Amino acid sequence: MLNPYIPVLILMAVAVAVAAGMSVATSLIARIFRLRRPNPIKSQPYECGMTPIGGARVRFSVKFYLVAMLFILFDVEAIFLYPWAVVHRHLGWLGLVEMGLFIGILAAGYLYLWKRGAFEWD
Amino acid sequence: MDGEEQSVVVELIIALVKIALVVAVIMVLVPFLVWGERKYVADVQVRIGPNRVGPFGLLQSLADGIKLMFKEDILPGHVDRVLYFLAPIVMMIPALCVMAVIPFGNQITLFGHTTRLVVTDLPVGILYVLALTSLGVYGVVLAGWASNNKYSLLGGLRSSAQMVSYELPMGLAIVAALMISSAKGGEMSLVSIVEAQKDGFWNWNFLWWGIGFLPFLMYWICGIAETNRAPFDLPEAETELVAGYHTEYSGMKFALFFLAEYANMLNVGAIATTLFCGGWHSPIPIEILPKSMGLLKALGPVFWFSVKVGFFIWAYYHLRATLPRLRYDRLMGFAWKGLVPLALVNILIVATIITLGYREKPVPPSTSQRPASQAVGMAGQPGPGGF
Repeated sequence: MLNPYIPVLILMAVAVAVAAGMSVATSLIARIFRLRRPNPIKSQPYECGMTPIGGARVRFSVKFYLVAMLFILFDVEAIFLYPWAVVHRHLGWLGLVEMGLFIGILAAGYLYLWKRGAFEWD
Repeated sequence: MDGEEQSVVVELIIALVKIALVVAVIMVLVPFLVWGERKYVADVQVRIGPNRVGPFGLLQSLADGIKLMFKEDILPGHVDRVLYFLAPIVMMIPALCVMAVIPFGNQITLFGHTTRLVVTDLPVGILYVLALTSLGVYGVVLAGWASNNKYSLLGGLRSSAQMVSYELPMGLAIVAALMISSAKGGEMSLVSIVEAQKDGFWNWNFLWWGIGFLPFLMYWICGIAETNRAPFDLPEAETELVAGYHTEYSGMKFALFFLAEYANMLNVGAIATTLFCGGWHSPIPIEILPKSMGLLKALGPVFWFSVKVGFFIWAYYHLRATLPRLRYDRLMGFAWKGLVPLALVNILIVATIITLGYREKPVPPSTSQRPASQAVGMAGQPGPGGF
């Protein structure tokens, strides 16, 4: 029996080869045929034809960090549901009640976040 | 021993052929998907769409590809070189890899070797899919950051927040799908999930007890958001962000983003088909073709799989053609205040139905060492959803 993970490894290698090949090899081959005339205006950041004001390394909303943190929290909890989802049919009422408790605790934290306005985007 | 070694080599060759097939099909299909979308959207908007290159403009995407290859490849002076080159590659790799575990057909026998039409049947298939689809966000964020352009940065940030927010309800919808298929004897492997939905469309997961439709719809909505497609295409909202994270990209690097987006659309369609719509099973379990037509018969499931994925692709086109883009705060609110609580409630409802309707004695500790497939196999009593 072939280990089922070996084809995955091969496919990943193929994907890397295809992706890297398309962006590197084609640009190398096509360099022979292709114009390359950079000039200062052309290599400016594109801002609809206006001269860019300041750099792109600007401050952005702290909300993005909040979303990232919430995602980590809830995604880790969601992963705990997966093993239960596969076997819970064999666990009967006990499994349901226990998972109900788990989701209940999750929901309590969720409601707290909602109350504190973590999901508002203003 | 020699025979066993030989069979491993044969299996390796078969795996290589299947990998080549999958990658080739994706790469060949994408240009036609792009053409199809342009044609369909044009039709909805009472335009003609591409019609100059080749019959019905079929070769338009090919012409575009050649153009992208031979036009000047602008490398802006302000970008972070390494990440700028890396981002489209990082975007493309997971898009191609997801297809590894998706069964696109039943068994097929060629030259005396029988094999399943799936690159590999991982026992943790669905986790593999989740892991890879969540890698897609890196490409977008890296591209937005490396471009060093305000629009790109905003597009990348928006996209990261959006993809991350919709990944959560997507994961929860998949939990519900897993529970539904485990009630019918499926496991985490996608092949077993498809197998659990055999014998007619009324056994497909999205029709399960009338509630299976909810996770199906949630998965589909989240899938659209994950692929950054309309009406959730805020990362590249052209009216406000030019082209979002790929504003500064040109040439083949831009083409890679494009390819990855359409490959991801195919992936989402294929996963929705596998989890909810019976995979490669035909809607009505009637054997039309006689057994003697072996090869043609083996291609029937591939046909049904393609039809179902094609339906999802059409739905992508139609949604893009008909729906306006969402506002950003509504988009995030919809994920966090709408889909997440709905998904949690849905999980509890599904769990309650299964506990009521698919009751089974708990597995005694002494026998719990058996492989899960056997433990599932002994659940013979047909539940109310089993017909």
